[in-house]
Amino acid sequence: MALGLATLYSATGGNLARVTNQAVNMVAALVIMWLVANIPLQHMMRLALPIYVVGLILLICVALFGEINNGARRWLDIGVTRIQPSELMKIAVPLMMAWYFDKHETTLLARDYVVATMLLFLPAALILRQPDLGTTLLIISSGFYVLFLAGLSWRIMIGLVIAGAGSLPLLWSMMHNYQKQRVMTLFDPAQDALGAGYHTIQSSIAIGSGGIIGKGWQNGTQTHLDFLPEKSTDFIFAVFSEEFGIVGNSLLLVLYLVIIGRGMVIAANASTQFTRLIAGSITLTFFTYIFVNIGMVVGILPVVGVPLPLISYGGTSMVTMLLGFGILMSIQMHPKLVKT
Amino acid sequence: MKRTIEIRDHLSELHHFQNRLAISAGFVLFLFLILFARFFYLQVLESTRYHTLAEANRISISPIVPNRGLILDRNGNVLAQNYSAYTLEFVPSKLADFEATINELTTIIPIKEIDRRRFKKLMEESNKFESLPIRTRLSEEEVARFAANSYRFPGVEIKARLFRQYPKGKSSSHVVGYIGRINNKDLAELEANKDLANYKGTNHIGKIGVEQSYEKELHGIAGFEKIETDSAGRKIRVLSRTPPVSGNNLTLTLDTKLQEIAERAFGDRRGALVAINPNNGDVLAFVSKPGFDSNLFVNGIDFKNWDRLNNSIDRPLNNRALRGVYPPGSTFKPFMALAGLELNLRTPGYAISDPGYYQLPGSSNRYRDWKAGGHGKVNVHKSLVVSCDTYYYELANELGIDNISKFIGRFGLGKKTGIDIEGEASGLLPSREWKMRRHKQKWWPGDTISIGIGQGYNLATPLQLAFATSIIANKGTAFRPHLVKRIQNSKTGQIFERAPQILYQLNLNPDNLAIVRNALIGVTKTGGTAAKAGVGAGYTFAGKTGTSQVISIKQGEKYDEDAINERHRDHALFIAYAPAENPSIALSVLVENVSHSSSAAAPIARQVMDYALLGKLPANMEEKPVDRNRENEHD
Repeated sequence: MALGLATLYSATGGNLARVTNQAVNMVAALVIMWLVANIPLQHMMRLALPIYVVGLILLICVALFGEINNGARRWLDIGVTRIQPSELMKIAVPLMMAWYFDKHETTLLARDYVVATMLLFLPAALILRQPDLGTTLLIISSGFYVLFLAGLSWRIMIGLVIAGAGSLPLLWSMMHNYQKQRVMTLFDPAQDALGAGYHTIQSSIAIGSGGIIGKGWQNGTQTHLDFLPEKSTDFIFAVFSEEFGIVGNSLLLVLYLVIIGRGMVIAANASTQFTRLIAGSITLTFFTYIFVNIGMVVGILPVVGVPLPLISYGGTSMVTMLLGFGILMSIQMHPKLVKT
Repeated sequence: MKRTIEIRDHLSELHHFQNRLAISAGFVLFLFLILFARFFYLQVLESTRYHTLAEANRISISPIVPNRGLILDRNGNVLAQNYSAYTLEFVPSKLADFEATINELTTIIPIKEIDRRRFKKLMEESNKFESLPIRTRLSEEEVARFAANSYRFPGVEIKARLFRQYPKGKSSSHVVGYIGRINNKDLAELEANKDLANYKGTNHIGKIGVEQSYEKELHGIAGFEKIETDSAGRKIRVLSRTPPVSGNNLTLTLDTKLQEIAERAFGDRRGALVAINPNNGDVLAFVSKPGFDSNLFVNGIDFKNWDRLNNSIDRPLNNRALRGVYPPGSTFKPFMALAGLELNLRTPGYAISDPGYYQLPGSSNRYRDWKAGGHGKVNVHKSLVVSCDTYYYELANELGIDNISKFIGRFGLGKKTGIDIEGEASGLLPSREWKMRRHKQKWWPGDTISIGIGQGYNLATPLQLAFATSIIANKGTAFRPHLVKRIQNSKTGQIFERAPQILYQLNLNPDNLAIVRNALIGVTKTGGTAAKAGVGAGYTFAGKTGTSQVISIKQGEKYDEDAINERHRDHALFIAYAPAENPSIALSVLVENVSHSSSAAAPIARQVMDYALLGKLPANMEEKPVDRNRENEHD
């Protein structure tokens, strides 16, 4: 997280206000994490259904009364502040699914998988409509991890993958033009060098020119001369990469791996189905964030709005992320309190 | 029992879960490896390429436009200079709706109708990526006002630019010429000459006159700045700088005072005057009336002004001195007289008895003298003094077209003089070959007769007439007429003085030359055709009058009845040099469409001579010293 702040400092061109702001976000998120870590899991299990239902209602409200911002309807004004219910769903969906599987632990039938899938796709469809492809994909993947870890048979999974591949043309036709554009530019960024391909080209240049040890902190020319777009949020990895090179990148990947590994150990040692599934799903979703974000920045995935966990500027995703960690810690801290 | 099953179930489930988790871990590692592979590809294998791209991103080469050289007259008066001023510019194709932008700009900075018109014309003439000025010469206040509102106008910029200014813009416009924005044709030419690199950043190029023909000297060498820029192209810092080399300063042979006097002498009449120093070819005055204001062209001329100048019946854009061709009329006679004497067809004593007309032997067709009843006994001297036509009808017939075109061709008629500005017309000195080529007809003896008095197919420019006159004035030496006297290298300060260039020397018999030169003095004395203009001159004034017949009007020109009549009138011509013994100035004057042809041109010549030789200002100029000062200040 310190690394994140340092990079942000450079990305914003020494804008201390934003760095401070982000630090405040971090502290707030850490407090939330600590609070969540202290919540025994029974409470959390009990909360799973209400949170999910509330989240779903909020999503429907967004669809009906949401504020339009940048052409997307994502925010809900609840008087005091504006909230983004889709963020909430990132946690609520795996919680709900894990709760469902835990409830039907002993008698897992095909029907249960179907129900769980429904639990997943309902909010996903609502979020996709907003439109918010990035969040949709993350929620679907978090749900998918639950299904996978809950022991969904390989045959069905292969079937899902085939069905998914089969529905690609349908999905394609439902996608917005700008989304299609992003996918197209992945294959050939140069075809629209000043438009959609600009992000990818400039970030590739930033990363490539970083070389082995990088240009040094605050010395990235791509960053400091404004060639890099979205450099404090989604493309912050390019800043990091330009300034710290492949050495820094590898170090960052290792740090992420340590966190993921720790998450997996927690999941493996968790005592109930619910905690196992939750821990596994959170850990794998964390990984998905990392992979999708870095993949996008290095130009192997299309540009989707997914932040780099713990580093990108932005309070909401930081809170969501640390909330997840809070749950992981709670699972670790209260193993005995489960199943009495 | 039930419990064991449950435990076993739990265990198998846990096992199952851990199995799946392990698969996931493998998956995670695999994808991280892919990321690492991509890092390796970008940051190690392709690093050099991306490094270059990043450098290319940030470093841009920006040209520094050199200062254009100054143009001065022979006495150091400024004819063309530069000043720096702010312009308001944008690239029209980069704005969604530039008309709307202009309308909005109007709320902050006054943009007149003329600015809009000029802008439209510029748009037509330039390529779509060029930054074009909507307003030039912004005041400090306007600059400040725009700066405060610039956020409202993305893409619109204030730029400091050097402007060309012609302090005597209306006076010497045809000589100095003007610069204008580089158009596609100029670009093609620059590219052909491999000059394009030197013109990066330059917006203007010489279009006519000295500005055009001395473009290479005036432009200078562009400098370059290596600058670091951000993505918006904003300058961050300068990495290195090669300063530009300013263009060279030109000193012209022109005397602006003389030029001004000559122009004033024309009044509202149309015409041309070229004055040359016969001892070296220096062009002292080069007038084409009406003129125009060179300053109008610098920032692109607007449609309305262009229309006014281009379609005016008076054709102010036409450089009459350089490109206007007129029958030389009787100013042709001194050269005919020399031909007759030099080719031994005439002696000084030979005289005709002029009945007022000439008939070719065996023909009843009469060629009339301008004076009904004739001039009586006429020898070569009198033939020039009174401008007898009959004498020259006969002489032309005896010389024949071949002798005429060959001999008179040596005085530069019918070909370009080679003056150092572009666009010169070559006029026409007819010959047998020319008629066959042009009209597919053989030459008839009758064709020759009117050639003898400078009419017929004969055509000459005022410049050619002045040039030919200067050869008589200096007794046979042809100096190439030139406008640029001196070139000062702006870098070294070195001065390159242009040496007079002798084109050729005519071996004329001094006795024959003396006869003609004496007769030309007689022209301005009592009894001569320009006697009035010669009265009271404090120097010996040699000249020859002429009338140039206007035969037809060009097709496609529209004007009312009165104008037609006016434009059917003859042109008045006068060639002169003085002081006759050792001339320091030779000139030709042409006044278009005047009713009393003989008396219109000579007085203009007299005024010019008076100033050139005696420093005497015409009466109307002495009275208004205040006005003159104002004009000097005028931009």
